[in-house]
Amino acid sequence: MMKKNAMIDRYRWWEVVLMYCGIFVFLFFVLAPFIEGFLVSLKPLGLLFSTPYKFLPENGSFKAYFTMWESVPEFGRYIFNSFFISSVITLVVLVLVVPASYAFARISFRGSGTLLGAFLAVNMFSGAVLLIPLFRLMRAYGMLNTYWSMIVPGVAFLIPTAIWLLSTYMRRIPRELDEAAYVDGANHFYILRRVILPLAMPGITVVAITTFIGAYAQQFIFALTFNSKTEFMPLPIGLYAYFGRQEVIWNELMAASFVGIAPAMILIFALQRYLVAGLTAGAVKQ
Amino acid sequence: MPGQKSAVLFAWILLVPALAYVAAIVVYPLLQTVNLSFTDASLRRTTNYIGWENYAKIFDPEFATIIGRTFLWTFLSVSLKMIIGTGGAMLLNAALPGRALFRILTMPPWIVPMAIGIFMWGWMYNGQFGMISGLMQRFGLVDGPVAFLAYGNTAFWATIITDVWIGVPMVTMYMLAAVQSVPQDLHEAAWTDGASRFYRMRRITLPMIFPAAITMSMISLISTFNSFDPIWILTQGGPSGSTTTMIIDTYSTALGSKKFGEGAARAVVICLFLSAFALLYFRAVTKLSKRMTT
Repeated sequence: MMKKNAMIDRYRWWEVVLMYCGIFVFLFFVLAPFIEGFLVSLKPLGLLFSTPYKFLPENGSFKAYFTMWESVPEFGRYIFNSFFISSVITLVVLVLVVPASYAFARISFRGSGTLLGAFLAVNMFSGAVLLIPLFRLMRAYGMLNTYWSMIVPGVAFLIPTAIWLLSTYMRRIPRELDEAAYVDGANHFYILRRVILPLAMPGITVVAITTFIGAYAQQFIFALTFNSKTEFMPLPIGLYAYFGRQEVIWNELMAASFVGIAPAMILIFALQRYLVAGLTAGAVKQ
Repeated sequence: MPGQKSAVLFAWILLVPALAYVAAIVVYPLLQTVNLSFTDASLRRTTNYIGWENYAKIFDPEFATIIGRTFLWTFLSVSLKMIIGTGGAMLLNAALPGRALFRILTMPPWIVPMAIGIFMWGWMYNGQFGMISGLMQRFGLVDGPVAFLAYGNTAFWATIITDVWIGVPMVTMYMLAAVQSVPQDLHEAAWTDGASRFYRMRRITLPMIFPAAITMSMISLISTFNSFDPIWILTQGGPSGSTTTMIIDTYSTALGSKKFGEGAARAVVICLFLSAFALLYFRAVTKLSKRMTT
């Protein structure tokens, strides 16, 4: 059997060359902006605007990575804000979603299918459609220009996917376990806390990571609309303000972007197993 | 165990926090949007009900153009996402050395803040210094620098390409999972019968991943229709409205010109389209699952 598998996967040399070419083109498309951004961050500002276009930097240096801290004085604050907002969002989502997922996965009640569908329907509406009433709501409760103006709507749009992922995960935990506990006289609350919660930990981890990344990667429209205070801006908005200026110091902007996304990149390599699980959970029948 | 009164009560207790949250932050504002769409709300203190006036304003040729443009933009973007993503998934599935690394390298656009990736595209599209114009000149495809974001036609495509770039990792990973779930014995049986790799791809892999492709493209359709960040950061809907989709139009009407009422009416139209897509999605999914079980 092993041998047969090895044979079926054996490619002729030109097939291998062709596939590597395909992979190269594909990955070039995916990574081109990062390559270009990195090269720009190395080029001295004077040489950036030289024509004709040169792919590789001459006299490249990491100088922009040091000077940017002066040009974008709030930079550290932006990164902190990004992480702070995403962390609070993740925590609130988990608190709301763990019990709800248990209800969907383990208790049969009338209308549970419809209700789950209703939650998923929330995914249809992007924030942009609801901005006007949300803006008025925020203004009424004095949440404009605070962290809350980004956290509160952020949570709402991450709940549906989180419920979907976690209830799918909980459903896969063998029923025999909670039935045994039930026969021994345990109630639902006990089963949730002592049986399901410990067993669902890997699933909760996946949901936490996916939610965090969702919150971290999609900080734009709410932060753009509901907050104008520099001290609360997350990284993308902080850099956007910088990007919109008349004379953009491009090499520093790119350097700042790279320093800003470095934590996320490290996260990918450390957690990629969970990421794939989160992205594809429920995608394909098991 | 199921069906007991106390258990059902407990289920609702567990659900109430999440339900209340979504009701307050999504459902209530949605109803408010409908309500606002019949008013002349703006920054002024007083608000009057003006009936269908906001909707009457929508039925002009300009808005029809925006709807048409939105559909074309969405269609092109979703198609490219599916083609590139499925192709990428098949390549990443091939048993080649380095494929674990290639899979990781697919993820950055999904994981970095979307806006930052878009800044980098903004530089790439620059005519004087950007990579695309530079490389095209180098290879003699164009004579002089091309400022992609300065002309309607190229800006339209530039925003699509950037949106595709954001969506491709998700489609690739989803389709990769679908490709991997094709039973290996099918391939082995066909292989024993002497079927070529291309034949197996056409007759086994593609039909088997078709349901997943339909599901993914419907999900992608909804998120692409809602796409805001790439267009807003790159062009803000310009030059002269050539990249103004319905979302961008709603945003600039409502929050740019502060015409809350008019913006709300436009948002309601978007919601109607989205509901139609969602209906299509559920029908496709139920049809597919029926076909799979019979």
